[in-house]
Amino acid sequence: MRALLLMGLSLLCACMAHAQTTQYHAADAPDAGTPSYIDGIMPVMDQGTWFHGILDALEGRYAPGNSDFRWDGEAWFGGDYNRLWLKTEGTVEKGRLHDGDHEALYSRAISRYFDIQGGVRVDLDDGPTRTWAAFGIQGLALYQFEMQATAYASDRGRFATRLEGSYDFLLTNRLILQPQAEFNIYTKADQGRGVGAGLSDVDAGLRLRYEAWRKFAPYIAVTYAGYFTQARRFAHERGDPTGSVRFTFGLRSWF
Amino acid sequence: MPPHRLHGALSRRRFVTRLGTGALLTALSRPAHALVQSPEFPGPRGLVPPAPATNWSLSVGRRRITLDHKTLDAPCLNGTVPGPVLRWRQGDTVTLAVTNTLDEPTSIHWHGVRVPSAMDGVPGLSFDGIPPGETFTYRFRVHQSGTYWYHSHSGGQEQQGLYGAIVIDPATPDPNACERDYVILLSEWTDVSPRDIVSNLKMQDDYYVFRQRTAASFPREAREKGALAALKDRLAWSRMNMAATDIADVSGAIYTYILNGHAPDMNWTGLFHPGERVRLRFINGSSMTMFDVRIPGLEMLVVQADGNDVEPVPIDEFRIGVAETYDVIVQPKDARAYAIFAQSEDRTGFARGTLAPRAGMAPDLPPMDPRPVRTMVDMGMADMGMGDMKPGDGMPEMDGASPAHAHADMHAMDMPGMDMSGMDMRHDGQGSVAHPLEVDDPGPPPIGVENQNVAMMPIDRTGSPGDGLEDNGRRVLNYRQLRATRPGADPRPPSREIIMHLTGNMNRYIWGFNGRKFSESGPIRLRRGERVRFTLINDTMMEHPIHLHGLWSELENGQGAYAPYKHTIICQPGSKLSYLVTADVPGRWAFHCHLMYHMDLGMFRTVLVS
Repeated sequence: MRALLLMGLSLLCACMAHAQTTQYHAADAPDAGTPSYIDGIMPVMDQGTWFHGILDALEGRYAPGNSDFRWDGEAWFGGDYNRLWLKTEGTVEKGRLHDGDHEALYSRAISRYFDIQGGVRVDLDDGPTRTWAAFGIQGLALYQFEMQATAYASDRGRFATRLEGSYDFLLTNRLILQPQAEFNIYTKADQGRGVGAGLSDVDAGLRLRYEAWRKFAPYIAVTYAGYFTQARRFAHERGDPTGSVRFTFGLRSWF
Repeated sequence: MPPHRLHGALSRRRFVTRLGTGALLTALSRPAHALVQSPEFPGPRGLVPPAPATNWSLSVGRRRITLDHKTLDAPCLNGTVPGPVLRWRQGDTVTLAVTNTLDEPTSIHWHGVRVPSAMDGVPGLSFDGIPPGETFTYRFRVHQSGTYWYHSHSGGQEQQGLYGAIVIDPATPDPNACERDYVILLSEWTDVSPRDIVSNLKMQDDYYVFRQRTAASFPREAREKGALAALKDRLAWSRMNMAATDIADVSGAIYTYILNGHAPDMNWTGLFHPGERVRLRFINGSSMTMFDVRIPGLEMLVVQADGNDVEPVPIDEFRIGVAETYDVIVQPKDARAYAIFAQSEDRTGFARGTLAPRAGMAPDLPPMDPRPVRTMVDMGMADMGMGDMKPGDGMPEMDGASPAHAHADMHAMDMPGMDMSGMDMRHDGQGSVAHPLEVDDPGPPPIGVENQNVAMMPIDRTGSPGDGLEDNGRRVLNYRQLRATRPGADPRPPSREIIMHLTGNMNRYIWGFNGRKFSESGPIRLRRGERVRFTLINDTMMEHPIHLHGLWSELENGQGAYAPYKHTIICQPGSKLSYLVTADVPGRWAFHCHLMYHMDLGMFRTVLVS
């Protein structure tokens, strides 16, 4: 009987507790009136800023009569929410620089795994220079799939988008196989830069890296670079290869 | 730098001092004249000074120390890592003049010691810190007895060596007095700077984890539980962008685990005569590492936890969270050596020492246990059942309203259950049941930049010894076994409950409470004299040793009025626990996770008692 009474009472309490807890209140709710520390000395420094740079790829791609050198890197500076990103990539082939793409982006963390980014992109290499406004999203999709999707608008009323993705497949804790792909899509052709309307070019690789230590990982790879649709025709007219699979080796490194 | 270190010749003193970072055996292992006694180096590590003292002159400085081939200009107290053992007596007023010879501010916090707020040693809460070149004099009356420790509360100094043990004699005869009495201070040693460690973790959260599931480890998992089940489990974790192998953020990849400042190869030794009772005062003074401690061949009798006596519990092994202390008594009968074996929770290394009848003995060490692997229990999905539901299910929907309700319901349903066990005892004879509490419930923390997960069904795990220790064939201590030897000082039921979610985003390496960092939160206000229940819900998949400064945390572990008084409580992943606090000392107090990098990155609050 007593047990029943207790149970009844506890249920009552439960209901009351429920009624109360639906109005959520955090004991540590932000409180502008009461400082959490004295004399401007924060007991912990949770608003630190950090600076890192990473060379995802610094690689030589080899095929008979068709070898080049490529880099793809980025650096960021900032705190947990706001960061400045610099990204750069390009290819050197027979002493000429092409596919030079450099971006400066402000980045804002918006969810568990994603940041939105906005800024400028400059296509700067031995070809004609183009300037774009950039807006994109970058982060970790499900299954630990790294992705970036960026939309660009140029000063000449053109639009473009770039999709990039990669995945780290751990063979061992240090030997990592990384499939990676980048797709560039344009609304209008820009023959001076070898760019065609529609899907213009694809760059992909399957890289096997060895993390001798975290920040220093040499790799071997098979890479593919190719032009599609209209851009494929431009390349053909230039006498360039329209698509090539090449043996590649390089270095992934960061600080 | 002391002058003798400038001499080219390897003088005896220099030799001994250099070894003083580790290799000295206990006083009893050598004639006393072999030991250097100087203010810089008061004696071998782990020995409790012969008598308590009230006046202490302490100096914080840097000293170049090499352990396990890792050299560091370590900030330390009186030139040693760990610093000297401070022995006080209950009831005395102690005076500690701490001089800072560093070129940066420092501080000393007396962990677990009940002091006035201004003496607590937390820059920004208690005082402004100790500027370079200046002396700060701490003075307070010692109300308690037992094993405690001190450490810096400034930046990364604690990681680098600024810590040591405190032993307080009881005013009345010690019920646990033993023929031998050793401090066993476990910690880490690395030459990587704290700033670099955090920076690396910000860039890559698994930077120091080299025990992940890989293609190479799949066949073994497949043999253990079937290929399909192993694959499904991997996909479930992968889908959540989490790693079941995330046990410790910083690992033996850079840490050497040390015992009383001795690396494993230096083999700290404590001596005994067979049949003697030996008291071992275990302190976990590390920054990021939980240790699982055992002495193969010896039963340990746990007699004290966090400085407070408990009914003796005979065990084979215990987990000691960062900043916790346990006093155990062992009674070796044979004239042989016993290994004190303290594996890191992630099994990437161990600290070791030896109990032996004479110096120079090195017993065989047991093999390391397999590293723990997190399960859905750690995600707070214990009751949902692995079989019925894909573990990842429900995760993306968590922002929605219905799981929030589920959470609230859960809360409402199991809180009274928890109350009853504790309340029954307290209310015996009063014929009343708990009056409704004032509840500060933040609700389920929002999923977002600063919070990765919500434990949908957090469970009480105080009966579990912890991940990696369940069903290992040994008697492993759990929190429910801790029963104070005397009833609590404050029999009042709580008038208020404060629910705090432990949250974080491993991927971004941000930590906090209720989905917020310290800098985005206000203080927790307590009225002076108020009796409060703190309920912690751990939404992360890691253990967090939660430390409340200045006030006792009486863990509600089913022992009713005999709830153990603690200063640091491990909240296991996916779990929920509660403890009672009497806000009897006014001031600003720190409340934080004692994993140093979790604290620094936001898992910290001010508790304001006024």
